[in-house]
Amino acid sequence: MTAPTLPGYPALPDISGHFGRFGGRFVPEALIGALDELDAAYRSAKQDPAFQEEFGGLLRDYAGTPSLLYSARRLSEKLGARILLKREDLNHTGAHKVRNVLGQALLAKRMGKKRVIAETGAGQHGVASATAAALLDLECVVYMGEVDTERQALNVARMRMLGATVVPVTNGSRTLKDALNEALRDWVASVQTTHYLLGTAAGPAPFPEIVRDFVGGIGIEARAQCLSQTGALPDAVAACVGGGSNAIGIFHAFVPDTDVRLYGFEAGGDGVETGRHAASITGGSAGVLHGARTYILQDEDGQTVESHSISAGLDYPGVGPEHSWLHDTGRASYTPVTDREAMDAFQLLCRTEGIIPAIESAHALAGAVKIIPVLRDELGREPVVLVNLSGRGDKDVHTAGAYFGILDQNETIVPEENL
Amino acid sequence: MSLSGAFEKARAEGRPLIVGCMPAGFPTVDDSIASMVAMVESGIDVIEVELPYSDPVMDGPVIQKASDIALAHGVRTRDTFRIIEAVAKAGAPVVLMTYWNPVERYGVDAFARDLSAAGATGMITPDLIPDEADEWLAASDAYRLDRTFLVSPSSTDARLAMTLTHCRGWVYATALMGVTGAREAVSSEAPELVTRIRAADADIPVGVGLGVRDGVQAAEVGAYADAVIVGSALIRRVLEAPDRAAGLASLRDLGADLAKGARSVTR
Repeated sequence: MTAPTLPGYPALPDISGHFGRFGGRFVPEALIGALDELDAAYRSAKQDPAFQEEFGGLLRDYAGTPSLLYSARRLSEKLGARILLKREDLNHTGAHKVRNVLGQALLAKRMGKKRVIAETGAGQHGVASATAAALLDLECVVYMGEVDTERQALNVARMRMLGATVVPVTNGSRTLKDALNEALRDWVASVQTTHYLLGTAAGPAPFPEIVRDFVGGIGIEARAQCLSQTGALPDAVAACVGGGSNAIGIFHAFVPDTDVRLYGFEAGGDGVETGRHAASITGGSAGVLHGARTYILQDEDGQTVESHSISAGLDYPGVGPEHSWLHDTGRASYTPVTDREAMDAFQLLCRTEGIIPAIESAHALAGAVKIIPVLRDELGREPVVLVNLSGRGDKDVHTAGAYFGILDQNETIVPEENL
Repeated sequence: MSLSGAFEKARAEGRPLIVGCMPAGFPTVDDSIASMVAMVESGIDVIEVELPYSDPVMDGPVIQKASDIALAHGVRTRDTFRIIEAVAKAGAPVVLMTYWNPVERYGVDAFARDLSAAGATGMITPDLIPDEADEWLAASDAYRLDRTFLVSPSSTDARLAMTLTHCRGWVYATALMGVTGAREAVSSEAPELVTRIRAADADIPVGVGLGVRDGVQAAEVGAYADAVIVGSALIRRVLEAPDRAAGLASLRDLGADLAKGARSVTR
């Protein structure tokens, strides 16, 4: 299979792991050997029918893919567009992330490594990693910021049930970026026996490419499903962007289809103008963080600035380097969606379609709500918009319940007459 | 004294240099200058100023804690140049260790210019490999700064050779497969790595980092390395002291012990 690419551009990343000026490897020399080993293992796995068959078999029989493409009728009527939802929320473990962890865990086995480590913010990638490790009989250690272990106690319990060790990280801001630092530190000391199961299409080469390819089935499936259901490609594809794995997963197959508009929606938090957001592309600048050159949130001196979002999965001060490249080339558009807009869309989907989305995915839907009128004007008809419903909202009941005043501080139900 | 001069002198004396590391601005700008001057006065040969960074993945908890304190007190990149200038006046060669993003943010050429003007001899770049370093190679040439890249026990012979051709002044050998921090035992992988470096380049001075915490260990490492790099053990003296004066006294004690250890080496 040749990699889909933007007409006029070579297939990316290039041989040194760059997407234009982005990507690369900004890591200690101690990790270069492991990254080279991973790169070689991935190239050989990609060519190996046995690996592809095993990966494809797990995706089909275990993870439940291809995920459905659902034409959301009531939502479409309400918004004056045809909305197609890519139901990644129906996958095992509840999100697109299972695709990446299964692929990487198989790669770990292929490299003869018996231990995997992972970083996690809200715990979704940690749970997915623990799941893949249990399935494939690997030791699993998950680094999680101490603040997050308190906020997401249920996910800590899930990981432990699955046999993983959860290490609370007490350095720095005690959140996702510090968990990532700690996982990198572990890896520097353990590369011979350990694979770092990175959770998003970011970090040093070859991670952005490997993760993109493992989750790339989302776009390949959605493109074929859309053609068969509507007889044409969609007018636009919408996805939320934190680190950006679900977005690159659905975008990638559409990159050569230049008539299909690609929209990435970043977490605008309280609004980019307030400084309390996680919009690395729209509210940040180019820099180096966690092993790659990309858009990041940083101060005047290049110190990382803390991100803010109601969605833990988008609450990260960087973004995968391929998104930075898609932004610079203009192939994809990135705009922020505030917490409030996302929660409005969250409620809309609950009430019109009976689907409780992850708050991350609600950002994609909120973005779609914003672009529909513009697309309708441009096209002179109802647009067809493909939205990546990257995850389900079970994990967010706590946050959303508090946001909508259904649960009080003690997580007790607020009587309906008091709402 | 220049760094190359210091290496030559120490080689003539048959002993290693002691390189002592301290984050700029920890706990404040003036305190960090006082700490580094005390280190020089107690016999530490070279000062490695670390530019505090929010995400120091190559450093252990002690250096991260000290860096966090410095940043919380508002230290800025430009303060680091002022600190280097003050410490260089105390008579020891000063090198800067920094993660890459603050340099890129400042502007690579401007950073090199100001680093050179402040009197530093060069820069150690823990998360910059020569493959990504084109701008730094050019700027360090323009301002005649040393370039110290890291090599690791996991580096292949080809990478080791490539990295050494891009180093100037000295090379930093990360002795343990791990991050910085004082350890109970000194790595056994270190002598082997130093031997491999010498086989690839017989002349370049080799600094060995990660783990040394006293004069005895410094002597052990100094038996085969040109420079012994000490970080966490020194920083801990300041972190754990009840007050400033006690911290400085404790730093001087360790500095003197390390210097004594270095001078006990016979080659």
